[in-house]
Amino acid sequence: MLGWELPPHNSGGLGVACYHMSKALALEGATIDFVVPYSAYHPDSNHMTIHAATTLQPLERYGNAGAYDSSRESYNHDNSPTSMRGIQKRYIKFVEKMVKHSKPDAIHAHDWLTLEAGVRAKELTGAPLIAHVHATEFDRSGERYGNPLVHEIEYQGLMMADRIIAVSGITKSIIVSRYGIPADKVEVIHNAIDVNSLGHYDYDNRTYRYLEHLKEEGYTVVTTITRFTVQKGLTHFIKAAARASERYDRLVFLLVGDGEQRDELIKLSADLGISDKVFFTGFMRGKQWRDAYGVADIFVMSSVSEPFGLTALEAAHHDNALIITKQSGVGEVLRSIFRYDFWDTDALADQMINIALSPGLSKTLRQNAREEYARLSWNDVAKRCMSLYAHVRKGAVV
Amino acid sequence: MSSVERSIVLYLHVHQPWRIRNYSIFDTAERHDYFSENDDSDRNNERIFKKVAEKSYRPMNALLEKLIDEQPRFNFSMSITGTFIEQAGRWAPDVLESIKRMVDAGRLEIVAETYHHSLAFFYDRKEFETQVDMHRRLIEKTFGTTPTAFRNTELAYNDELGQWAESKGYRAILAEGWDPVLNGRTPNVLYRPEGAKQIGLLLKNYRLSDDIAFRFSNRAWSEWPLKPATFETWLEAASSEGPLLNLFMDYETFGEHQWEDTGIFDFFNDLIGRWLVSPHNHCYTVTEAALLYTPAGSVSMPHTVTWADAERDLTAWLGNSMQQEAMRHVYALAEPILRTNDEQLIADWRNLLTSDHPYYMCTKWFTDGDVHAYFSPYNSPYDAFLYYMNALRDVRFRLMEHKQGGFYG
Repeated sequence: MLGWELPPHNSGGLGVACYHMSKALALEGATIDFVVPYSAYHPDSNHMTIHAATTLQPLERYGNAGAYDSSRESYNHDNSPTSMRGIQKRYIKFVEKMVKHSKPDAIHAHDWLTLEAGVRAKELTGAPLIAHVHATEFDRSGERYGNPLVHEIEYQGLMMADRIIAVSGITKSIIVSRYGIPADKVEVIHNAIDVNSLGHYDYDNRTYRYLEHLKEEGYTVVTTITRFTVQKGLTHFIKAAARASERYDRLVFLLVGDGEQRDELIKLSADLGISDKVFFTGFMRGKQWRDAYGVADIFVMSSVSEPFGLTALEAAHHDNALIITKQSGVGEVLRSIFRYDFWDTDALADQMINIALSPGLSKTLRQNAREEYARLSWNDVAKRCMSLYAHVRKGAVV
Repeated sequence: MSSVERSIVLYLHVHQPWRIRNYSIFDTAERHDYFSENDDSDRNNERIFKKVAEKSYRPMNALLEKLIDEQPRFNFSMSITGTFIEQAGRWAPDVLESIKRMVDAGRLEIVAETYHHSLAFFYDRKEFETQVDMHRRLIEKTFGTTPTAFRNTELAYNDELGQWAESKGYRAILAEGWDPVLNGRTPNVLYRPEGAKQIGLLLKNYRLSDDIAFRFSNRAWSEWPLKPATFETWLEAASSEGPLLNLFMDYETFGEHQWEDTGIFDFFNDLIGRWLVSPHNHCYTVTEAALLYTPAGSVSMPHTVTWADAERDLTAWLGNSMQQEAMRHVYALAEPILRTNDEQLIADWRNLLTSDHPYYMCTKWFTDGDVHAYFSPYNSPYDAFLYYMNALRDVRFRLMEHKQGGFYG
């Protein structure tokens, strides 16, 4: 299995998904060699063998570009060993060497970062390549076009793959329509959530004391937890916040995370006159991160293009009412949510106000979403992966 | 009556609600046009009405008129809501004219109910009686007849309603023939509501009714395709339990729920033709049936029973917190709204009482992904609630304007 990160060295949902999927696959009887591009200790990972492709520190794995960020100019030209492209090349070399010693039955590669290595491993061993798409370059670039080199790597990798797993119907449709891959080569396997790993906890009502105070005054807290990049649609979210505040003055907005758009978003809230209602916390981990869900009444996923969106399931687990764009894949597995088009700021404003004003609506949304996410299981994901491995081996015509 | 005499008692329910458009919070206090969607969605009342008129009301009326001409002993009953009559008057007046011809011929009995197809009986008895009264006046004006039988919205019935209907002089009232209530007794005889003396209680034979209304076109059903001769033998068999074969269903069964190409019209035509060959077989209206027979005993329903779902209760309308909240808020406005004497405001408010609105907010089965179990013109029950509450907030806004008018002259 070829991946780019595993917890606790993850910067987002990719590592979490890879971890739980591999664990469930091991329970199904799979023997897994998992390659990461850095050297580090991974606790609770005895279910598989983790291979370090380089001696780099985990935080160095994206080179001099930001996490997930493929848009930097330097990416295309900088080929030094510690650049993103350089690390990818070292990763490929490592995988080439590795498969010479032990031939895998199947190669499961996660996202464009590892796709080239996956293709090389397939060429060297003849083992089937399964490309697991958690996000495409079209998603990462939001409303922009994205990096042509990354598009090229994705296109080649998807063409060469024997089977493709997409994390949602939305992602499948991007793969089919934008990359011209035949639809029957792509299987949708939605991500799940491991409720046990979140554990049971009670918010102590202390981390966000000012917000707690406002809640006592009758305010409703709307939260989003994400990277501040164009993909996440946060400028639309801020505009909707301003629009909602025109009609209802007891909403406050908590933006947890960091990213290149941070300053733009702060300025936008000032321009729209709602600075006093919008709170920026910066990047959070652990208790503070969890408490951001704890203090929230409503969780908004405003993404312009979100292949899945694990944070929505985490928010459901923390009893938030969910508002999710129609462009987010997680909306395919939850029904008890509000959905809106990412650009439709009036619709988002309307939904936020209505949840804030109606205890009945809020309660029904939260209760029913809980029942829905609790049904999602990584074991089901693993079972479908296992049957896909078996099937692709039998029927492989390469 | 001789024990070999028996009757189909056909009762059809006709209704269309005023569906709320995608009415935004930003429309609240700006525009009051809740019911005026004009896109090609299923919230466009005119579009839906014209579609159903074409598929169901016109062809079924034509068939019923034909049967009345050909079969001197064919009689039946209908209940028609006020909101339906308003819409038909606007978009298909010929449908009302056809109904009036059948009433004038003395062959169609119109059954009383609430004007707005509301659940007012369970929230506001005064408003309930006003709506029944409004409905009676509209029926008198439109069809020139005064109802003598009563049915409540969704056949929602309890002992209190039965006693109320008797106190108002109705001769018959309709309810579901639900097994746990009947406890082994047949629905095929006339009963009397618990605590009543005069009025007759007719109970729907849901097995025979649902064979037509729900199962008729189901190819997975072992009896598909259902032939009139087969159904007639079932009627015969059922009549050994009692003489009244109460077939109660939505009018739209014919042509809308069961499309023309399922053969539903031919089936019905042939069935009535076959049935009335024997002089001992009849087709009575509900009041005729109640007057011709003597009640076999009384039936008690202390808890409300409806004709909906496996549970036969009101949970599809009032089962979740959104539905309860919406209904609580809308009924709480009754007194101040009525005091305004603002006809348009009162009419808009009453149109929000229609039970279809909370039905669209139903989340039973919704989380299971079984979206087809409940028809709704909205993408989700949450959207339905949102538009409803936005409209209700606008009603409150208009009410506030009235109050200010009162203060400041």
